[in-house]
Amino acid sequence: MSGVRVLVGTRKGAFVLTSDERRAQWDVSGPHFAGWEMYHLKGSPVDPNRLYASQTSGWFGQTMQRSDDGGVTWTPVGNQFAYDGDPGTHQWYDGTQHPWEFARVWHLEPSPTDPDTVYAGVEDAALFRSTDAGQTWHELAALRDVSGHLWQPGAGGLCLHTIILDPADPGRIVVAISAAGAFRTDDGGTTWRPANRGLRSEYELPDPNADVGHCVHSIAMHPSRPNVLFMQKHWDVMRSDDAGDSWHEISGNLPSDFGFPIVVHAHEPDTVYVVPIKSDSEHFPPEGKLRVYRSRSGGNEWEALTNGLPQRDCYVNVLRDAMAVDRLDSCGVYVGTTGGQVYASADAGDTWLPIVRDLPAVLSVEVQTLS
Amino acid sequence: MIRVILPPHLQTLAGVGREVAITVASPATQGTVLDAIETTYPMLRGTIRDAATQRRRPLVRFFACEQDLSHDPPDAPLPEAVAAGREPFLIVGAMAGG
Repeated sequence: MSGVRVLVGTRKGAFVLTSDERRAQWDVSGPHFAGWEMYHLKGSPVDPNRLYASQTSGWFGQTMQRSDDGGVTWTPVGNQFAYDGDPGTHQWYDGTQHPWEFARVWHLEPSPTDPDTVYAGVEDAALFRSTDAGQTWHELAALRDVSGHLWQPGAGGLCLHTIILDPADPGRIVVAISAAGAFRTDDGGTTWRPANRGLRSEYELPDPNADVGHCVHSIAMHPSRPNVLFMQKHWDVMRSDDAGDSWHEISGNLPSDFGFPIVVHAHEPDTVYVVPIKSDSEHFPPEGKLRVYRSRSGGNEWEALTNGLPQRDCYVNVLRDAMAVDRLDSCGVYVGTTGGQVYASADAGDTWLPIVRDLPAVLSVEVQTLS
Repeated sequence: MIRVILPPHLQTLAGVGREVAITVASPATQGTVLDAIETTYPMLRGTIRDAATQRRRPLVRFFACEQDLSHDPPDAPLPEAVAAGREPFLIVGAMAGG
């Protein structure tokens, strides 16, 4: 019998939610790592029992965890993220140069082919890879050669939060960094280039069309069509049909084109989901209504999905890694909020139910589809 | 033998109880105690002091004999009562409320 396992990272621990293919009854396990900030947990696509987790604390720093039994037990693994060579400097808030300093792991991306290989996006922004199941980490340092000295932290820190691994081309990786932009390698990380042409940041950058500096919030790709990328930028929802070489806006009729996460339907590569947020200074849904918006046309035409979501007095946020889809026949969509709710839809967003209502603020939601 | 009391989060991470015992060469210092802790419990590397700089993490404190030793140099000898095992060396998560 098939089912799903939802991995939820929160400000005060991790939770594992499981259900069968009906997704009506849920078993909640946790908190795991109680009291720690769990930025991200993600399972290996080739071994669903292999999970990786980023565990961090303002007191005790960064720790990494691995599970080999689907989250029942966990083992601490390597937590040394040393920048390659001389770490160099990036731009600081006051315009001076500031040394690169490791703070935490924001995002984990396990390899689609090897359960022992996993990528980590970190703050201060850099990309690391482990090929020994998380025991040791090595930086793909050429990324920071792409005008890294010009990168400046945004309000959330200089974080590398998005890692897209092309399933058809192992050499191609797209990453995104807050307040720096999107970057792509076609040779496995030896060389990188900005992938920001077409992005416009009129009120955030002195040159709205700059090569780097755009505040990309999230990027999504459907594995069957790796050249098509969807982006939620600070403001603007964008699409690329050439793997990030160029972008065009698809915000269309959204009530606000500010937001954080963006995901693609598991079986319909042109069906995309976003969660509009009122503005960069008011991080809650417009009009106090939590609405997921769905486009079935690859952007521009969006419909509000509201059935089962709070439609009054709702002032939560949905963070960049807190929306995900499963791969069951009727695609499930999952949204976690800073109010501690995780909403699930078993019918591609038409109707929603809360799986849990009272968790700590949700930082990330990932879904494993189990057979 | 040096008695070391760990904060709750690090007890969980290391899978140990509140107090652990370690042996270090004389004279015992913060540095030799932390070296021994990290050797015995490698999962604690980087959680008490920065792995690269070896500096105490900003929100970690070291107490012993009702004194705050957090700002002592890492190679300063620990109080004799700690070195003799009569008093514990406390690793504490700093008060950081609001």
